[in-house]
Amino acid sequence: MDITLPLLILVIPLFMFLLLGLCGMKMSHRLAGTLGTLGMGTVLVLSYITALTYFYSGAPEFITQAGERLQYTVFNVTWLQFTDSLVIRLGFLLDPISAMMLIVIPTISFMVHLYSLGYMRDHHGVYEHGFQRFYAFLSLFSFSMLGLVVATNIFQMYIFWELVGASSYLLIGFYYKKPSAVSASKKAFIVTRFADLGFLIGILILSFYTGTFNFADLTSAPVDGIANVSQVSLTTAEGIKAMFTNSPAPMFMGASVMTWALVLIFMGGMGKSAMMPLHIWLPDAMEGPTPVSALIHAATMVVAGVYLVARLFPLYLMETAALDIIVVVGALTAFYAAMVACTQIDIKRVLAFSTISQIAFMMVSLGVARPEFHHGLGYMAGMFHLFTHAMFKALLFLCAGALIHAIGSNDYTAMHGLRKYMPITHITFLIGCLAIAGIIPFAGFFSKDEILTACFGHSIVWYIWMSLVAGLTAFYMFRLYYLIFWWKEHKVHDPHHAPHDQPWTMTLPLVILAAISCVAGFVPFGFLVTWNGKPMFEGHASFFTNLEHLDWSVAGISLAVAIIAILIATAMYKKENPLPEKMRNALPRLWDWCYHRFYWDELYQFITHKIIFGCICKPIAWFDRHIIDGAMDGLAYVTNKASVAIKGFQSGKIQMYVWFYLAGALLLGAITVICLI
Amino acid sequence: MFSNILIYFVVIPLLMLAGLAICRNIRQIRAVAVTGSLALTALSVWLLLDYLALRAAGETAPMLYTGTWTWFAPLHINLAVGVDGISIAMLILSSIILLTGSFASWKIEPHTKDFFLWLILLSTGVFGFFISIDLFTMFMFYEVALIPMYLLIGVWGSGNKNYSAMKLTLMLMGGSAFLMLGLIGIYYHSAPAGQPLTWNLLQIAQNASISEGWQYFLFPMTFVGFGVLGAMFPFHTWSPDGHASAPTAVSMLHAGVLMKLGGYGCFRVAIYLMPQAAEELAWIFLILTGISVVYGAFSACVQTDLKYINAYSSVSHCGLVLFAILMLNTTAMTGAIMQMLSHGLMTALFFALIGMIYGRTHTRDIRLMGGLMKIMPFLAVCYVIAGMASLGLPGLSGFVAEMTIFVGSFKAGMADYLAGEGSLRLVFTIIACCSIVITAVYILRVVGKLLLGPVYDEHHLTLTDATWWERTSTVVLIICVAAIGCFPNFFESLIKFTFSPSIFAVIGMN
Amino acid sequence: MDITVIYYLVPSLIMFCCGVYGFVTRKNMIAMLISLELMLNSVDINFVVFNRYLFPGQLEGMFFTLFAIAIAAAETALAIAIIINIFRASKNIDVTDVTKMKF
Repeated sequence: MDITLPLLILVIPLFMFLLLGLCGMKMSHRLAGTLGTLGMGTVLVLSYITALTYFYSGAPEFITQAGERLQYTVFNVTWLQFTDSLVIRLGFLLDPISAMMLIVIPTISFMVHLYSLGYMRDHHGVYEHGFQRFYAFLSLFSFSMLGLVVATNIFQMYIFWELVGASSYLLIGFYYKKPSAVSASKKAFIVTRFADLGFLIGILILSFYTGTFNFADLTSAPVDGIANVSQVSLTTAEGIKAMFTNSPAPMFMGASVMTWALVLIFMGGMGKSAMMPLHIWLPDAMEGPTPVSALIHAATMVVAGVYLVARLFPLYLMETAALDIIVVVGALTAFYAAMVACTQIDIKRVLAFSTISQIAFMMVSLGVARPEFHHGLGYMAGMFHLFTHAMFKALLFLCAGALIHAIGSNDYTAMHGLRKYMPITHITFLIGCLAIAGIIPFAGFFSKDEILTACFGHSIVWYIWMSLVAGLTAFYMFRLYYLIFWWKEHKVHDPHHAPHDQPWTMTLPLVILAAISCVAGFVPFGFLVTWNGKPMFEGHASFFTNLEHLDWSVAGISLAVAIIAILIATAMYKKENPLPEKMRNALPRLWDWCYHRFYWDELYQFITHKIIFGCICKPIAWFDRHIIDGAMDGLAYVTNKASVAIKGFQSGKIQMYVWFYLAGALLLGAITVICLI
Repeated sequence: MFSNILIYFVVIPLLMLAGLAICRNIRQIRAVAVTGSLALTALSVWLLLDYLALRAAGETAPMLYTGTWTWFAPLHINLAVGVDGISIAMLILSSIILLTGSFASWKIEPHTKDFFLWLILLSTGVFGFFISIDLFTMFMFYEVALIPMYLLIGVWGSGNKNYSAMKLTLMLMGGSAFLMLGLIGIYYHSAPAGQPLTWNLLQIAQNASISEGWQYFLFPMTFVGFGVLGAMFPFHTWSPDGHASAPTAVSMLHAGVLMKLGGYGCFRVAIYLMPQAAEELAWIFLILTGISVVYGAFSACVQTDLKYINAYSSVSHCGLVLFAILMLNTTAMTGAIMQMLSHGLMTALFFALIGMIYGRTHTRDIRLMGGLMKIMPFLAVCYVIAGMASLGLPGLSGFVAEMTIFVGSFKAGMADYLAGEGSLRLVFTIIACCSIVITAVYILRVVGKLLLGPVYDEHHLTLTDATWWERTSTVVLIICVAAIGCFPNFFESLIKFTFSPSIFAVIGMN
Repeated sequence: MDITVIYYLVPSLIMFCCGVYGFVTRKNMIAMLISLELMLNSVDINFVVFNRYLFPGQLEGMFFTLFAIAIAAAETALAIAIIINIFRASKNIDVTDVTKMKF
């Protein structure tokens, strides 16, 4: 494959970042926005070509005769050489999941670029302060995210992982004059940095044993005892084996070193993907402009953790203890976030918690995936859900943006009954809700159903648990929907300022994403993205493949759960009624805890401020100023005092000096005499 | 003598001194300072390219461009020069920081001429130190670099400057007392019995005649001696006060270059000449430097003075340099040198920016400032970039250096652990890794309080953004920081030649 | 009677001790200066005597003595100049009062 296209996919956003970042202030707002959007549009076309070439060209470097999809390294240049084998390369890896991400990221990113042209202006068409900067950061983010997904080695991934973190920091803090935005961006960066510490140590452990950073070497290691020797260097295979069996230190605190490495790497994923207990930054990250939330904090960056686990999935398969941890973390997070989402009143926070919950679905799905069950259905389902979720969650966020833009508030108590004023937003939002609730034939139905099937194959407990969460999802999404668009009529004092639908730059992305959300469920993922590259089903892919292979016993139940949840939501929130208030009063404690997000933020506040700042930093600073500095000053003080103490000898009385001299001379003489004798 | 290119690293500053002496006004002074430092920069860049070309042509000697001129024969004191990749990296660093420092002190008052005289004298010492391979002249240049600091801080400083200048000078002098003891000890054991003694580094390393017993005594002497300048815990306490009081260019040179003298010396003298003791005694200094790393970072979290924050951050970063050197493997040491380069540029950038902000707001207390991004966007953006470099954002220099150190020291740690030699290195590597989080905390704290948020003081609204000389100074530094961050392999290969087998055969390092 | 070296040394020692005693007890600077001269002269005697008795063929001791006498003269002149200056300043040449040169 020619390297021009893949290279351009990375270079164009980087160039746009530099161009807009350095010269943006000299450009007009319109020019900067157009340039950024056009750049992203080009990237969109290029990456569609690349991804579709990978999936459908049938070239021998992409797919074998038997239909097995291969990893293909387009280019790989040495960036930093640590040792002979540990080399950071910057490259471009094409395989099913990276090709899929090459579709997801530019799509959402382009939609957001387009949407922001309208969103980042007020009602009079005046551009927001820092409009060019906004586009520069968006380009930086797109560059970093694309670099992350096409990484050929784990360190390249780490590099871009940090870069997406930084661009997320910059974008959350876009309204830098707002203290809440500043502290939210700080929180996001530090929490994910903490998680990255785990990621880094995990990489260090893994690379020490395997002697490589390359995904190709790491993931083609022996899975069921049979090494894929043709691709793995011998030392790597040995290294990985050594981690299980004959290494001198295979165990550490009751778990194998491999488990530690994988769990630590997963910790990085937990940070980025906002898994409990590292989820606290994501709700606050909603301080950023809404298109940013759609792009970074719903569709792309936050699924990096899922992508990371998927990327290293063959390694995780070797050590299922780590996968079990992923399942537990994911399931708890999914439930927790869904509970919290039911009580929030800020539209973006509901969506944020919904994102957390949905990402946890993907994590669970990866965690329960095993090759022996339906050819690793969970893996495919997780990736499928990643794909569909990106589309409908971006849609929901962009709708929320439209609402916020129209109303000027995040709080949906200010909205209510908007369906007449904003019909397009209403319809697209409804499609998004149906998709996330899992109603056939919208996208979420198929992917979520696959996840539940995979859970069912793993353990009945997790199946019931996750079905419950799916029900909660449908409930809180429709609660949100009804509270925004129904509940009671919107009071308009001044018909000129009635909320209305948005300009075409904002409408078009909504419509496109809504259309994708309707049909994305029919993408035959089983043929495209599987953990080992082999298609999951016999025969050929068609539009109805997913329908044909549906397990109706699971699908029926999940559909029923979703519909019941929607009905409950309808009963409670369609018209203004006292039912929600009654519910709340019936379970005040639970409501309180959910509303306050189970007090996680307060806990973190306590740990960081009271313990880390109060009990570590301040004492250390005090110690430095008083003990260490005091010791040095003390040394100077003692020297000073000593000289003051002995300066009396220098009395100026000459005859005194003579006496001392005489005494000394006599003493020396006496000593000499004694010694001689 | 003048056919050796390295001599010009000392000759040019001396010519600059002569030129300054006849300067009549501030324009001439600036012209001399900028021309001279540009010449030095050009020279060091040329040296870099020529060095790489020579190495590519298959030159394997440990040091190139060597030359020896007798100075005082009875004591075997020579002026011996020679450079390898590390010295060249340091020379480039020093010349760039001198250049940007000259721009940063464009408007220094009063006694402009004297300020530049002392500054250039200091740089003479620095350049001389990095090109010397004779321990005696090395020490001499080291002292030449230290003494002007007293006057520069004492006269042109701010705040509690007398105290700081005195403290800094006395502590560093105390360090050099240890150092001198160590160096003289090395001299007396520099050759096997019956052969003439020498001060020459390469010969001493070749002779390897310092007995293990003596190494146990001399290694701590030299390591502590240089370690004081490298801000090793608990001898770092001159750094916050000294940096806080020093004028901008002096802070830049001091944190950017002089602190590197410490790390460079530890590597070049202590470890290179006494490998056995380094192996055996490393644990003591590993603990101290490991403490430096987190200690500095934690202390920086609660400071309110910008310069104090940066000084403690330097303690943390320079601690990482010494820490990595003590890992005694090639990767970590490469990382240490990269970290010296990276920290030098980055911290110079920080101090330059702090100086510029202080010059406008007349306060360095972050509680009394806020929202500067709106008032002086250029400086604020540069500050954010410096911060990002400091907390290790990929694409800027800090990341490359830190990752190389972590990979190298983790390797050393695991090797120790698996060989049953204790887990000290491993534990401290992980502790040092934690510093990336703490660094993020204090950097973002400053960025959040100082640059972002609403404008704190309305008087600040009238302040102006950077002038052209300030822009030159910061942009040059940012370009260098980004160059290292984007093309690390170039610098890494430059350094790697230094760790060619011929050198490490002596140490027995892997 | 054979005059041995001891006959010279004992008076010289007595002279020296008188000088020391005078130097530490007298408060008048001129008197101290005289005591100092006594000590110097006793040492001169020793030089001459040792030269004469131990190294009769050589003249180093003699020369040294001559040097010492010359230097003593110069020193006395200097000392008296200082004393006169002190007297001018404080109308007093008592050594216990001249304690400015301390610390």
